[in-house]
Amino acid sequence: MQELAFRPLLRQAALIVLGALILLWTLLPLYHMLILSLTPVGEGFAGKLWPDAPTLDNYRIVLTQDNYYLSRFWLQLGNSVLVAFTSCVIVFACSLTASFAITRLRPRFAGFASHLALVTYLVPATFLAIPFYQVMGSYGLLGSRWALIITIATFATPYAIWVLQQNAGSVPRELDEAAEIDGASPWQIFRLVYLPLMVPTIVAVGAFAVMLSWNEYLYAFLLLSDEDRITLPVMLGQFLSDDSAPWPLLMVSGVLYSLPPAILYFLARRYMAAGLAAGSVKG
Amino acid sequence: MTLSGAALLQANSSRKWLGSGRPLLSFKEKWALFFLMPFATMFVAFVSYPILYALFLATDRSAYTRVIADPIYARTLWNTFLFIVIGVMLKMLLALGLSSFFVLPGRAIRIIAALFILPWAVPHIPSILSIRWMLNSEWGMINNLLFQMFGIDGPAWLTNPSFGMASIITVHIWKYLPFWTMILVAARLGIPKELYESARIDGAGSMQQFRYVTFPAIANVFLTSTMLTTIWSLGDFNSIYLLTGGGPMERTNTLATMGIRYAFRHADFQAGIVTLMSALPILVPLVIVLTRRLRRNADA
Repeated sequence: MQELAFRPLLRQAALIVLGALILLWTLLPLYHMLILSLTPVGEGFAGKLWPDAPTLDNYRIVLTQDNYYLSRFWLQLGNSVLVAFTSCVIVFACSLTASFAITRLRPRFAGFASHLALVTYLVPATFLAIPFYQVMGSYGLLGSRWALIITIATFATPYAIWVLQQNAGSVPRELDEAAEIDGASPWQIFRLVYLPLMVPTIVAVGAFAVMLSWNEYLYAFLLLSDEDRITLPVMLGQFLSDDSAPWPLLMVSGVLYSLPPAILYFLARRYMAAGLAAGSVKG
Repeated sequence: MTLSGAALLQANSSRKWLGSGRPLLSFKEKWALFFLMPFATMFVAFVSYPILYALFLATDRSAYTRVIADPIYARTLWNTFLFIVIGVMLKMLLALGLSSFFVLPGRAIRIIAALFILPWAVPHIPSILSIRWMLNSEWGMINNLLFQMFGIDGPAWLTNPSFGMASIITVHIWKYLPFWTMILVAARLGIPKELYESARIDGAGSMQQFRYVTFPAIANVFLTSTMLTTIWSLGDFNSIYLLTGGGPMERTNTLATMGIRYAFRHADFQAGIVTLMSALPILVPLVIVLTRRLRRNADA
């Protein structure tokens, strides 16, 4: 009897310990970023669990660009927003049309097209960085934000096609057929039947595209160099080996930069679950 | 757009001279071509052309000699092997284990799951910079905690050659474990409850239920995920470059960071391509197998 009552309790305790360990492991680096951002410049780096005199002044300095290192904070954040937004639009333009063609018009070459998209999706972007850089040079796009926008769109579109293709089954074919009998052209079916019914998947795909763009470092670092055109991660990366850089201020930028994708994830979570199940975003 | 669509249709009707009988492309296929145009343009300009260019760069014979003669290259191959084998194995086993925790019912577990996804949702750069400071041997939080709690001086995690790769693998797992755990959780939540009920009636304990019900049901997803994460781990540049830059003493360079380094620090693009191409014997078979698996799953 005693043992029966004891075991669930033990199980409960084990679960609580496990949960606490998971949270510690997950949140410690993020917590560290947060407290470093609250540490006065110059006092930091002591590895304490809580700063002696926490201050929000660092946030003021960053938001008002009141420091040499962060003199272009808003411009660079704006670049990140611009790149994310524009590449998202291109991803939509290319993936919605392609997925419609593959799943609704079903041409003989549909299998081939979706094969190409899937293979592109599987290959890690890092492996194409060198030729991509050269090719951007030959198109005269090096140093331009367009180079980064196109890069992100190129790597996000195959994933978008894949997820849209998986979810296109939720649009009943009878609707297409009915519209066709009424004399609708494929373009009208695309606009009036396919797009409205795919909205949940489109939201998921857009969220993924924005998160991918927000995360991009390697290509941003290779393709952009002008202080006024780089995105925020490139600016942060510049201070990697500079121990005298104002780290609390850089961590403030890090915290501010981390917020949008985290919020976006929680907002679009319901829709993104379908995308996750369909086969994952690039790691 | 509608205009060009109409022009396309007109072009069709004026092609009668091609001869009678079945047209080369049906009405719908012509429209399909039109709809595939944006993606096709993108593919040709930004996927095919770079790949052809890479193959062209790789025809430079002397680049192979340069790479193989470089003493760092053998080291890099070994590092890549360690990073992939240990990193992927640990990550997927932990994901499998943790998925048992996250499928349990309860509000607290839902909340922990929502927070657990954060490392994946937060961009790479800020979190890795934060971890870089945590691991600093003099001022970092980890060594400070080790000293306060156990009175020991922790190692120089990122600059001691023996700890570099271990630190990188740990950080790589921190970033990507949540994602794969959630994939496995999704797969496990799809298993019909009746299977567990009948297993219980047959007297199966929790270990046996896992062995005979859970694992067979998710084996497919587990294998696909393992292959996907192997491919993408080969391409993980950020975790390494931003933490150690390939050091100390080149002990953490993988093919990805080494290739980029040849090309952009030494301006030797040919050597860079050749280095990256060393991953093709693993990459190509994995991509082929995965394409087949994913398409088969999608069609089913």
